[in-house]
Amino acid sequence: MPLERADVEHIAALARIGLTEEEIATFQEQLSNILDQFELLKQLDTSSVAPTGHAVEVSSVMREDEPGEPLSAEDTLLNAPRRRDDFFQVKAILEE
Amino acid sequence: MSEFWQLTLKEARAGLDARAFSAVELARACFERIAQVEERVKSYVTITESHALQQAEAADKAISEGLGNTLTGIPVQIKDLICTKGIRTTCSSRMLENYVPVYDAAVTEKLFGQGAVLLGKGNMDEFAMGSSCENSAFFPTRNPWDLERVPGGSSGGAAAAVAADEAIVALGSDTGGSIRQPASLCGVVGIKPTYGRVSRYGLIAFASSLDQIGPVGKDVTDCALALNAIAGYDPRDSTSLNLPATDFAAGLTGDIKGMKLGIPSEYFVEGMEPGVRAAVESAIKQLEGLGASVEPVSLPTTEYALACYYIIAPSECSANLARYDGVKFGYSYQDTPDMWEAMERTRQLGFGPEVKRRIMLGAYALSAGYYDSYYLKAQQVRTLIRQDFAQVFEQVDALVTPTSPVVAFPLGDKTADPVQMYLIDVCTLPINIAGLPAISVPCGFSEGLPVGMQLIGPHLSEDRLLNIAYAYEQATEWHKARPGI
Repeated sequence: MPLERADVEHIAALARIGLTEEEIATFQEQLSNILDQFELLKQLDTSSVAPTGHAVEVSSVMREDEPGEPLSAEDTLLNAPRRRDDFFQVKAILEE
Repeated sequence: MSEFWQLTLKEARAGLDARAFSAVELARACFERIAQVEERVKSYVTITESHALQQAEAADKAISEGLGNTLTGIPVQIKDLICTKGIRTTCSSRMLENYVPVYDAAVTEKLFGQGAVLLGKGNMDEFAMGSSCENSAFFPTRNPWDLERVPGGSSGGAAAAVAADEAIVALGSDTGGSIRQPASLCGVVGIKPTYGRVSRYGLIAFASSLDQIGPVGKDVTDCALALNAIAGYDPRDSTSLNLPATDFAAGLTGDIKGMKLGIPSEYFVEGMEPGVRAAVESAIKQLEGLGASVEPVSLPTTEYALACYYIIAPSECSANLARYDGVKFGYSYQDTPDMWEAMERTRQLGFGPEVKRRIMLGAYALSAGYYDSYYLKAQQVRTLIRQDFAQVFEQVDALVTPTSPVVAFPLGDKTADPVQMYLIDVCTLPINIAGLPAISVPCGFSEGLPVGMQLIGPHLSEDRLLNIAYAYEQATEWHKARPGI
């Protein structure tokens, strides 16, 4: 099932990845080829098969609700691209 | 300076304990070796020499006080997606080129807790996505057996470093074959433990239901010793298995009489190189000679594993890598007042092509209208693949297959077509889908390049797999072969 150019643009928008014209063309072809490989799965009747999320069953893992030592503000902000005081600084997200 | 860098972990341990040399001397020898060959092999993203020498001094002190443990003073390389506190951890990506973790991963905590010495961080395919190490944003790693060929991937740095004696032992991670395939292509041993055996806390996530950390070593014993050091329950990883500790080295008897081995025909695929087939078939005969019985078995859903994997892994990847938004850490595009544009440009410039491809593939498989036909379908196929393995393990104790259908291929050979690159992992992907343990051990050469045999077992059968591999290793010399670099 070949992807249209608009499909690639839609997926890129979902994934918040900017693409050049050249990348759109390349990914359109490559992703279409990969999706072709997935057609094989249609051969299998899975109508009565339960899905597997994790291959090794571990269920309802709860930790004790005990206070621990949090990261300090300094550590938390150590890798921040932009900070102001003890905050991550971001671009304006609210319109004027 | 003596050539201590050639030692195995076990030999190095004995030498340190007997005071034949110090941890500082051993670390210095490894850095001397790195200086000799690293320019050609390129297995390290970061080399941490001064830090290592401090760790080695502390190790010497611990040993002299009788406080030594298995890994005390042992020089290790750690794949660059495992967090090391205060030491840059890049995932071989522009996105994390300057990222310095503020905490240690569970496995690094354990290794450093024992006094292991960090030589540096291992190169890899960006975010562990790839099978050749060519997707590193910085430089490709070369195969020490032939510098014009790839070392495999994604843990190519780990396998190349161990093969070239640039590390005594290394830690890698395996999401679809990323420990076993490079171990095979570089002629060393690598084990992917059962999902949940080793904590993923501090492992930078690719596909969380498939990722697992494991060692790459010069022989089976070294892998068992390293696995001892990193395995175990960790409440910080909710998929960690709460089990009593196992001594993986204690079970290495070399006795496999009566062991039932299955040979799944589906793994001897079309397109498999004749030299690989010959080496693996000869190894199977040798295992028979050691007292194991061999029978053909069938895993009929094998042909669906590739498609299943390339839906599940990218889906999980697209969710995990959503965190790279340029706000909290990592590369951040600043040259715009618009928040959404900044985010899109951050991800455009911070991620390489394979990472973008997989994020987009996953976003598509999870998107409205396609979830049922792709992601849910793949999860159902995952159940069938698990059931196949469960049935076969009612008949046999372990499976024997090639690790890779091909030996190390030339750089650039498969980069143009992602599907061709994906097909390389056809023998290793199903094991992650089912969460099983598997080991790759050297079993010969084809056209002068190493061939690996893969042993696959049921959940938590690492001790059995290690012992089969050990029995084979005792009867052969392949693991002693070293590249003439």
